[in-house]
Amino acid sequence: MRAGDLVTAVVLIALGGVVIYDAVQLGIGWGQEGPRSGFFPFWLATLLVLFAAAIFVQAWRRRATKVFARREQLIPVLKVLVPIAAFITLTDPPGPPDGLGLYVAAALYIATYMRWVGRHRWTSVAIVAVAVPVVAFLVFERWFLVPMPKGPLEAWLGY
Amino acid sequence: MGFENLFFGFEIAVTPFNLFVAVVGILLGTVIGVLPGLGGANGVAILLPLTFTMPPTSAIILLTSIYWGALFGGAITSVLFNIPGEPWSVATTFDGYPLARQGQSGQALTAAFTSSFVGAFFSIVLITFFAPILAEIALKFGPPEFFAIQLLTFSSFVGLGGGNPLKSVVSILLGFILASVGLDIVTGQLRLTFGVVDLMKGFDFIVAVIGLFGIGEILLSVEEGLRFHGTRTGMNARVVLTTWRKLPQYYRTFVRGAVIGFWMGFKPGGATPASFMSYAFAKRFSKHPERFGKGELEGIVAPETAAHAAGVAAMLPMITLGIPGSPTAAVMLGGLIIWGLQPGPMLFVDNPEFVWGLIASMYTGNVIGVLVVLTLVPLFAAILRIPFAILTPLIVVVCAIGSYAVHTSMIDIWYMLIFGIVGYVFKKLDYPLAPLVLALVLGDISENALRQSLIMSQGSLGIFFSRPIAGVITVAALFFLLVPVVTPWWRRWRGTA
Repeated sequence: MRAGDLVTAVVLIALGGVVIYDAVQLGIGWGQEGPRSGFFPFWLATLLVLFAAAIFVQAWRRRATKVFARREQLIPVLKVLVPIAAFITLTDPPGPPDGLGLYVAAALYIATYMRWVGRHRWTSVAIVAVAVPVVAFLVFERWFLVPMPKGPLEAWLGY
Repeated sequence: MGFENLFFGFEIAVTPFNLFVAVVGILLGTVIGVLPGLGGANGVAILLPLTFTMPPTSAIILLTSIYWGALFGGAITSVLFNIPGEPWSVATTFDGYPLARQGQSGQALTAAFTSSFVGAFFSIVLITFFAPILAEIALKFGPPEFFAIQLLTFSSFVGLGGGNPLKSVVSILLGFILASVGLDIVTGQLRLTFGVVDLMKGFDFIVAVIGLFGIGEILLSVEEGLRFHGTRTGMNARVVLTTWRKLPQYYRTFVRGAVIGFWMGFKPGGATPASFMSYAFAKRFSKHPERFGKGELEGIVAPETAAHAAGVAAMLPMITLGIPGSPTAAVMLGGLIIWGLQPGPMLFVDNPEFVWGLIASMYTGNVIGVLVVLTLVPLFAAILRIPFAILTPLIVVVCAIGSYAVHTSMIDIWYMLIFGIVGYVFKKLDYPLAPLVLALVLGDISENALRQSLIMSQGSLGIFFSRPIAGVITVAALFFLLVPVVTPWWRRWRGTA
């Protein structure tokens, strides 16, 4: 974990630096309405840099014991992460092209994951992948009136 | 005179229609509480339009019942999935989930529901009889007192939380920094946005909670090769009775949790710090602190009692002063105005049927609530038997929906994923996540309290010591902050002496 601690501490110090920069731009002193906008973030970030530096020193003086994550641990993690990223992108990618909407993307995501990781039978894959988005649609769009991102399918159905 | 009023209230709350409304509210609320991201505040806000045509007393009974249901429901996902449905049920996961993994989820859930009920009942009794006195004390609180209380909450994380105190401090600071992103409501200036439009809205704690705890935990559990085991819950009348027989031995934890919960509850965001403080104290005073986090029943009793006591106490300033004690209470306050009522002390004079009906419905609602969740838990337990490859995408989709629903914004789903990765890394490196979330929730409130205090004192920090109530709380907070510094010296000194 030593390397993980060192890298995290450096990232936190860098983040603190960014916050201090922004806070100084806004003003960290006393304004007409009392402490200015940068006052609170400035002191938070200063403390963050100090404490992260202390964690860095602490980790530096310690010997490395075990690695942050082994290869065979990281692969299943990526197998979860990458499909989530794909699901979000399919729902509505950043930028101008419209996505498929949350419900269709969820159906594709659930189907892919069930088949690829769980190796479930196609019939159960089809049932779950259709039922979950339909139920979610009824609960959120119809009953609770929480609008979700929608795509061409919902438009075609008149929503 | 209190009894007369309460009796009058029961005549209103115990009509068939109002009881029906309470049951519907509890059921809806429990479902909302179980779904991460659709919390009490959210659920109440979404269902508010449905109450416009109802009589105000029935309307407030529906909304408060949803709130009780959400409080109960949060415990279900915490225990069964390790996903806190609400920030105040985070501490319930510490021991609830390990117990569920040991096949004791029936016991864990019974303890959680019973503690919730006890905590709530304690607060309701206090609200009924001591409302005027406590409201008067809270009225005297100014910004310095509020800031001192926040300081005490966070310093108790550092002093009592265990683990690396440096990392606890970093987590708190990071939470506060994330909270400051976006519009500064005092000066109207944009902070830490660097011209990026999406950053102007800032980070919502609900999204952070969903990412850090929901997605982060999924990543951790697949890495460990642990899947969501279809553990048998064994939730039946016998388990409930055996658990009930065990619970009285934790009477000290019940009392401590209820008092902490009530005390913290009538200020904004009180339920979450109350649950953590109660947990930390229970661990500190336990004869077996090493068992905490591994499935100790007392570790469920402590946070649940406090969270529910605080959740109920949050109603106190709303009905007596017109000041909401929690985000959910704030939404309800909006409801009062829409129904044509004037929130504040005049409610007791002008609309006694509303106030006392509401207070009486707190008793009936919580009795109905604990019975409903205890009997319906087998339904929720069925969720555990769903295979991992179905549950993972299901939780992710619900998390994504919850994140999006907060502000109907796509960027929040991406934040959820980023928070998930941060949660995974932090958890591996032993950075505590709970104080980060808490700081994110309380960020604006704490900052405003600090700024207003400094304006009052013309920039001098002495104000936190010169005012009697604030001074006592601040000194206590500094004591907790110094605990990790002093403890090693103390041990060394005692070792040589």
